[in-house]
Amino acid sequence: MRGIRVLLFFLCLVPLTAFAGGSRVTLDQAPIQYTDTLSLQRGAKIFVNYCLTCHSANYMRYNRLRDLGLSKKQIKDNLIFTGKKPGDLMKIAMKEKEAQKWFGVVPPDLSVIARSRGADWLYTYLRQFYRDESTTTGWNNLVFDKAAMPHVLYELQGEQLLRLEMVDDGHGGKHEVKKLVLNKPGLLSKTEYDMYVADLVNYLVYLGEPAATYRVQLGIIVMLFLFGMLGLTYALKHDFWREVH
Amino acid sequence: MGKRLNSIVKWIDERFPLTSNWKAHLTEYYAPKNFNFWYYFGSLAMLVLVNQLLTGIFLTMNYKPDASMAFASVEYIMRDVDFGWLIRYMHSTGASMFFVVVYLHMFRGMMYGSYRKPRELLWLIGSGIFFVLMMLAFTGYILPWGQMSYWGAMVIINMIMAIPVIGEPLSNLILGDFTLSDAALNRFFAYHVVTLPVLLVTLVVVHVIALHEVGSNNPDGIEIKANRDPKTNIPVDGIPFHPYYTVKDIFGVVVFLILFCGIIFFAPEMGGYFLEYNNFIPANTLQTPDHIAPVWYFTPYYSMLRAATVNFLWIDAKLWGIILMGGSVAIICLLPWLDRSPVKSIRYKGPYFKTALTLFVISVFVLGWLGTKTPTPLYTLLAQIFTVIYFAFFILMPWYSKIDKCKPEPKRVTK
Amino acid sequence: MEDIDKKNEMSGRRRFLITATSVAGGIAGVAWATPFIMSMFPSERAKAAGAPVEVDISKLEPGMLLMVEYRGKVVWVLNRTSEMLATLSKLNDQLADPKSEKEQQPEYAQNPTRSIRPEILVTTGVCTHLGCSPVFRKEIAPVDLGSDWLGGFFCPCHGSKFDLAGRVYKNVPAPTNLLVPPHTYLSENILLIGSEKKEEA
Repeated sequence: MRGIRVLLFFLCLVPLTAFAGGSRVTLDQAPIQYTDTLSLQRGAKIFVNYCLTCHSANYMRYNRLRDLGLSKKQIKDNLIFTGKKPGDLMKIAMKEKEAQKWFGVVPPDLSVIARSRGADWLYTYLRQFYRDESTTTGWNNLVFDKAAMPHVLYELQGEQLLRLEMVDDGHGGKHEVKKLVLNKPGLLSKTEYDMYVADLVNYLVYLGEPAATYRVQLGIIVMLFLFGMLGLTYALKHDFWREVH
Repeated sequence: MGKRLNSIVKWIDERFPLTSNWKAHLTEYYAPKNFNFWYYFGSLAMLVLVNQLLTGIFLTMNYKPDASMAFASVEYIMRDVDFGWLIRYMHSTGASMFFVVVYLHMFRGMMYGSYRKPRELLWLIGSGIFFVLMMLAFTGYILPWGQMSYWGAMVIINMIMAIPVIGEPLSNLILGDFTLSDAALNRFFAYHVVTLPVLLVTLVVVHVIALHEVGSNNPDGIEIKANRDPKTNIPVDGIPFHPYYTVKDIFGVVVFLILFCGIIFFAPEMGGYFLEYNNFIPANTLQTPDHIAPVWYFTPYYSMLRAATVNFLWIDAKLWGIILMGGSVAIICLLPWLDRSPVKSIRYKGPYFKTALTLFVISVFVLGWLGTKTPTPLYTLLAQIFTVIYFAFFILMPWYSKIDKCKPEPKRVTK
Repeated sequence: MEDIDKKNEMSGRRRFLITATSVAGGIAGVAWATPFIMSMFPSERAKAAGAPVEVDISKLEPGMLLMVEYRGKVVWVLNRTSEMLATLSKLNDQLADPKSEKEQQPEYAQNPTRSIRPEILVTTGVCTHLGCSPVFRKEIAPVDLGSDWLGGFFCPCHGSKFDLAGRVYKNVPAPTNLLVPPHTYLSENILLIGSEKKEEA
């Protein structure tokens, strides 16, 4: 018992970078705009269609999507398929035990995934799946090696393969670069697919903190008021301190 | 109107020392007139304390101290409770800003010798406040029950277990279990919302009473009470706290609020320093996150913990790390007795002290930065070097402060 | 403060600055307090729990009472038999408000059966006296309720009596008839409690 605790202690001190799906790939910047409600609406639709079967969003209520300019009726008709009420949380029917059996891990809840992973990571991750017959799902990912998640969007993106290329590093040496090439085209072109994923990531970022837009709006008012206060209180201080010699 | 108010005040005064306290602590508390920028942070710390108490009370209305519900209840506050997100960000930002303000307040004391006679007890009480504040930060950080909450606490718990002989029973006593679990979360919640805040508020009141007994120090480090007006007996370099320092502090409060609200509304995570990214993953007892670092205000001590890598004497490296970490905080209390300089303020101290203080500040920053990094052999070496500098500042102080070439102090305060 | 006045004969400028800062500080105080007070009102979770409830009444046999939770309180759905409905008109002189004149029901339930469909009674199962939930007593003339009891609801807390349309008897502590919540039928067998608008479902 003591040995385990001592081991845990050292595990905490030595970060496990190499083991935990965090290989050092440069991340592409997600081209998203949190004010683009149309993109967010499209993202919400992709989310309920593709993600919300295996992943839950246990802290999010369907009717919160009114933030995105959707009416209750639109939410009910277009985004709820499971007989849930608009006030319900985005829970899923799959039991954790079953998920463990099918995927080896429980698919993480996505409510705050954008806050832990970051938009760029998600944007890159969802675009860098490739065929790899050595894995159980038949898919692998450049950002998250041996990810338990299969490529859910492959019909849209198509099938990518991994190529290793030797590239001149400009100093006379050569180094290996991992590159993905499209093997079978999907329903969407590369640009279309990138935009499609961007919409989804935009939605995931919104999902992480639905109050963010209002936070910024309120913040601007608060700051304007405080700058007014700054002038007043400075004048007041100055008026009193003229007496101090 | 005025007459009516006067009669009410008179009625109260016959039953409670209202006017006399008002005078003693505000209108007739004479503070040196030469306070500069560094003297804002005492009142700002008080402001942040009030902020933490109030937002904390409102968070407890919706937070659930249960390992299976804590994470969800925080997200419930962030989403379902009206303005819950604001109250939570005020509290999480307030925690970090508390340390910003308190560190600057402590540094002010070190620059101007505020810990010297007759303010040694004031410094000790302040050190007590700092210690309680760290306990509050630690217990509070556990509450969201995210990955960083869990594994951060795990490291601290293992430090307790490293104490020879009593370590294991002591940690069982603290945790109420054989490992970090729901039992610990539940009781840390009790400490965080009842025990420690009561202790903190008490210490702050005692700190202010002690301050008003001895009077404030000032950037010149001379006693204004030594120079009184013969007729009124008021210090010639003193001005009443109210209205002069109240209007000045109100201005300071607004400047602070601009910064504070700027973070709350536009960058509540502060790039992962105030709210760590990995703490948005619910605690997983089976997997440590890829990168674990404490919140920024603990990183200097954390670096010193990691800097110990060799067994020395009969103590192993792990215990040395803990001794260094504990010692780095405890040694701050000893400052009043380490400083042997004839003058208080850095303005009149010599080059040795100035160099030592500069090196000390650099070492704190470097150690703080290293604490956020994954250790490499180079970083560990750097941490070791700067840990030595950190301690040397204190341990060598009796020597270098005595032989330093000081300038003479002025008779009256300067601008 | 008084002594400062004497010393400096407070200037107009200073008087203005103090007033302006106090007013601005007051506004700031109110603005600051607002989120705290707002946070204490029912949250989205509480509101979601208060959303209309759909009830399937296809299996509700005549004479059966169904209890439904709506906004944390019980709503009764009673499928009345023709014998039960026949009792309603016999009681008028024993009831406090036989014609349901007090606003304890939506307009569409202000009729002799206090319901949309004559046989289906939808009413809140909460006594209008002090909030206990009355007991459904469908037996006729039990020993404890007397020989003239034709079936109805009896409140165990303070003895209020209601008939099978939720109408209150005279001379009992409860002042009014049981409250009929807004409701509607989405289809033959689906009852919506909490809203009369079909699109709220």
